[in-house]
Amino acid sequence: MSLLKMTAAELAAAIKEGRTTAVEAVQETLAQIEEKERLYHAYVTVDKEKALAQAAAVQEKIEKGELTGPLAGVPVAIKDNLCTEGMLTTCSSRILADFIPSYSAEAVLNLQKAGAVIVGKTNMDEFAMGSTTETSAFGVTRNPWNPEHVPGGSSGGSAAAVAAGECFYALGSDTGGSIRQPASFCGVVGMKPTYGTVSRCGLIAYASSLDQIGPLAKDVTDCALILEAVTSHDHKDSTSIERKDTDFAAALREDVKGMKIGIPKDYFKEGLDVEVGEAVLNAARVLEEKGAVVEYFDLSLVDYAVPAYYTIAAAEASSNLERFDGIKYGYRSAGSKGLHDMYKKSRSEGFGEEVRRRIMLGAFVLSSGYYDAYYLKALKVKALIKKAFDEAFEKYDMILSPAAPTMAPKLGESLADPIKMYLGDIYTIAVNLAGLPAISLPCGYCRAGLPVGMQLIGDCFQEKKLIRAAYTYEKAAGTLSARGLFPADRITSVTGKEER
Amino acid sequence: MANVIDDETIEYVAILAKLELTDEERAQAGKDMGRMLDYIDKLAELDTDGVEPMSHIFPVQNVFREDEVKNSDIREQLLANAPQQKEGMFVVPRTF
Repeated sequence: MSLLKMTAAELAAAIKEGRTTAVEAVQETLAQIEEKERLYHAYVTVDKEKALAQAAAVQEKIEKGELTGPLAGVPVAIKDNLCTEGMLTTCSSRILADFIPSYSAEAVLNLQKAGAVIVGKTNMDEFAMGSTTETSAFGVTRNPWNPEHVPGGSSGGSAAAVAAGECFYALGSDTGGSIRQPASFCGVVGMKPTYGTVSRCGLIAYASSLDQIGPLAKDVTDCALILEAVTSHDHKDSTSIERKDTDFAAALREDVKGMKIGIPKDYFKEGLDVEVGEAVLNAARVLEEKGAVVEYFDLSLVDYAVPAYYTIAAAEASSNLERFDGIKYGYRSAGSKGLHDMYKKSRSEGFGEEVRRRIMLGAFVLSSGYYDAYYLKALKVKALIKKAFDEAFEKYDMILSPAAPTMAPKLGESLADPIKMYLGDIYTIAVNLAGLPAISLPCGYCRAGLPVGMQLIGDCFQEKKLIRAAYTYEKAAGTLSARGLFPADRITSVTGKEER
Repeated sequence: MANVIDDETIEYVAILAKLELTDEERAQAGKDMGRMLDYIDKLAELDTDGVEPMSHIFPVQNVFREDEVKNSDIREQLLANAPQQKEGMFVVPRTF
């Protein structure tokens, strides 16, 4: 079996048992990247030499028994808004095209402690603002299941890299669905943990009260292992939470007996693709057969989450992105007249259209005279949305929904109508407003040859319940690859010979 | 109610956002923002009287720590990212 078809946990076990090495794994990954990148463009940066050097160092530590964890030696890709010391970190923006961080994000350091080998940085929507990875300043990423389609976003490069075998797992960030939606579009598993679980130190901020880092992986087992590795209490992030129950892999059990799962009726109305709806309801039946109790209920305020989110996210973005002033780092416009002119020209030339649009909206909703009507109003609606979820979790252990209303759209279809694109986030966005954990995993495959994803949403700190239910479903239904389904362009071995 | 964002408002927002817009961009930005605000106005349908605005999900307090230096001297690395530097300082265009 080609190494590339292994999950991260399988690969780490094979390395530990001496059946392969971290160096072989990274060599095979780099060969796959070499072959597939021309088409998919999942990466902004690939650093072969560093990856090989890291792999050799990690292999030595594994052999000496210094690294024994379940992810040791496994090649990983990092979303390009997570700082990596000495490695280009661009946020897929022209304004950070040459930025080399002097430190690594805490989540990245945690992975390195677990023996991860970083192969590169993945493409994304500029500053994570977008749902398709098309707002990247460095070109689009294509969906490995069908290259005519987008991989989703904003962590589209991470999702595509996992699906295409260009890494074994990846880190992404999720502000309004940016891990879960691309995971569903690319047929991989993605998870956003409870707000405060993973340190945001070193994550270039978009909307700080909503941003969380999380894994994109080949299966639920990998997802739990990665989450366990990146979770930590960090004094450098003042919103970081000290948690005791972070042994997420312990929740990998087939057991949903008596678990109460609610399906919001409002999620199954106009706008939802028929095939997506059917796939999610089939998944509900699988969980029911395994002993879960599934019920429909009214989750109120569904239509208010997207407008509340875009108000809050734009406001925070306009404030967070003030730091890009062309002085300490980043792009500076040539030929400006004086300091103020330099600020304006650098920012106007450095930021793309969607980023400028959100910064201006944010500046407006925060401005004197509009603050109460828009920003404060959105924060009040956020409180109501949180309350609606609190009430739901009094009755249910978790909520089941689609991850997105449709399969991956075609390239070029989404950007023309921003509001329509924003509505694609309807199932994921409320989760960020309420700070909840949620997991997205494949639950079907549509006629057009694209995967469909479902989402399980839990109450704060209930990641383990989600992992248990997702694992039970995955064991019962099988992963897409176990069902013989692979991206259109199947994983080929280094020799170019196709394998299934 | 359709929001009409006039040129003056967009100019004001551009000053706040420190962005420079061409005439064409200004017109487009006004249209985009008007449409977005029409959409956001949906929030006004909800009665939020007496609701406390929620900025954080969890009750957050100030997090204190001792003021100890933990980072090492990385001046050269930091300066290396600056568009322009001179003798250990960031260079900016004239400020007056």
